[in-house]
Amino acid sequence: MSLHILKKEDLTEFLTKLLPDYRIAGPVEENGGFIFQEVSSPADLELEYTTTILPPKKFLLPTREVLFKFDNSNGGEIQPPPPAMPTIIFGMHTCDVHAVQLLDQVFSAGHTDPNYVGRRNQTLIISVECLSPCDAHSFCKSMDTLSADEGYDLHLTDLGDSYAVDIGTPAGQQLLEQYAQTSMATPDNVQRLNNVLGEKWPRFPYRLDFDVSDLPSLLNMTMKSPLWNELGERCLACAACTNVCPTCFCFDVRDEIELNLRHGQRVRVWDSCQLDEFATVAGGHNFRTSRALRQRHRFMRKGKYILDAHDYLGCVGCGRCARACLVDITPVGVFNELHRQLEVEGRL
Amino acid sequence: MIIAASHPTVAEPTLDERQLYLPTFVRILDIKPLTDLEKVFTFELPNGRPLGHRPGQFIEVSVLGVGEAPISISSSPSRSNKSFELCVRRVGDVTSALHSLKPGDKVGIRGPFGRGFPFEKFRGKDLLFTPGGLGLAPLRSLINQVIDERAMFGRVVILYGARNPGELLFKDELKHWDEMEDVELYLTVDRGDDSWTGNTGVITTLFRHISVYPRNTVAATCGPPIMYRFVLMELFGKGISEGNIWLSLERRMKCGVGKCGHCQINNVYACQSGPVFSYKEIKGLEEAL
Repeated sequence: MSLHILKKEDLTEFLTKLLPDYRIAGPVEENGGFIFQEVSSPADLELEYTTTILPPKKFLLPTREVLFKFDNSNGGEIQPPPPAMPTIIFGMHTCDVHAVQLLDQVFSAGHTDPNYVGRRNQTLIISVECLSPCDAHSFCKSMDTLSADEGYDLHLTDLGDSYAVDIGTPAGQQLLEQYAQTSMATPDNVQRLNNVLGEKWPRFPYRLDFDVSDLPSLLNMTMKSPLWNELGERCLACAACTNVCPTCFCFDVRDEIELNLRHGQRVRVWDSCQLDEFATVAGGHNFRTSRALRQRHRFMRKGKYILDAHDYLGCVGCGRCARACLVDITPVGVFNELHRQLEVEGRL
Repeated sequence: MIIAASHPTVAEPTLDERQLYLPTFVRILDIKPLTDLEKVFTFELPNGRPLGHRPGQFIEVSVLGVGEAPISISSSPSRSNKSFELCVRRVGDVTSALHSLKPGDKVGIRGPFGRGFPFEKFRGKDLLFTPGGLGLAPLRSLINQVIDERAMFGRVVILYGARNPGELLFKDELKHWDEMEDVELYLTVDRGDDSWTGNTGVITTLFRHISVYPRNTVAATCGPPIMYRFVLMELFGKGISEGNIWLSLERRMKCGVGKCGHCQINNVYACQSGPVFSYKEIKGLEEAL
């Protein structure tokens, strides 16, 4: 929409003013790494971070959430959870912005998921432009998520002594007007922004050996690839890959009951298609019996199935699964190997 | 936290959206044991409203404190204005808890969900039903709706197989169907006993007793995963086309609304696109059968 300038020394004041009205979650340094966490002081936030172990998804789709509480003593009375808190997710990288756009689509398509959408409607996103790759596992440039045109309310780009602030939504504009001291960008500021953005692109490597638009058809042609069995041999079925993924959204629903056997709650928890019992039905039949089939399902979802259903690619190139995998199964490695196999077979 | 009304946010979800995961409570009117493992439960909805289902659809059934499980609806919409029936096999936590309940107890339900049988497309056709074991539970809903509009259909042929005579479900209804002049019922059991005088063998052994006019025949089948491959071969052997064979696939839907991922068959969510599919729709899906 329009471009504003926020001086770096004014950022703390902006966030401090927001704190009484919003829960603020953002990147925080912990044990030499970074995590997204709710903060009580803007000083805890670290805007120049590499990547986080879990994506900020956890504030929209918590690892564990109560769907309702119940009281069985009177034939079953249920109490829905309290409404969501107004929340600002601060400092989101653009890969995660793309992931949230996918999640928004998934949870509002067809039956609207009240829990996700309830939180999302109370959440504002202040994202940040990445100026260098997080590490060697990042492949955002190949996945076209190295920047974002939408999906944020406000978007910050570091210009040195100030931030360029892109306004993405009317809510973002209102937030800026109400809480921040900014000025309109001057032609000099815009020139500086051009330079910063122009300099950033060469710092990021392309890591896929082919164009990402070919990924769905690549996967279509490789359902029978021997690579899936090789991955199945290596995979430990630990589900770390899906647990750290910003676009994974599968869940399990469980009841928890107190010792009095009257009060309890139904909870929704993250689940993983990599776990043995995920596709098992009553009576014990499992429709995805092997780790090979489960790894294939995961990569098919990332590069094809989710796109088929929701028009968004299911992988944003953040590299978290690659960092988390104990046996070095990586999307870049898998996708490039599938491409190489087709090339060798002369099927391209 | 003090929240001023002017904070940038978006509107609250509507009431209906809020209730997506909240069960509605229904009262058990009646429980009939069918076999050692299966019971039929009759439920009454609040305010006597109908469930509004189609044959082949399922609901999520809650026993609070134990959990929720997807169960297909066994009664016909044509017979259940104020109540509906589920045929439940005691096989897991939720179904075991259901089996321990008494008339008057309440359970939670969500739904109905999914795509049922395309009943309208079946009109004017000869119908071949091939339920196996507990697969009769969802098909019974369809069969009874067909019987209640009997004049709208051609032949009605039912081939039903169970493992042994004791596991045949809905024996009273089987007797009734058998007595109907315009319903052809063939029964088989994998293993007979001293009292069994009927056909012995798996369900595919019944196909030699029937002939059908394939161009006008629609088949509907439901049974254990292992059964489908063999029944499909028999149906193809009769010349029935892929688009005229309808299957109800079992998956453990956790949400019923296309989110949780548990029922996904390759790129298809069974709870949204199914659980009823034509063979034509699933033949390219490796994980379907």
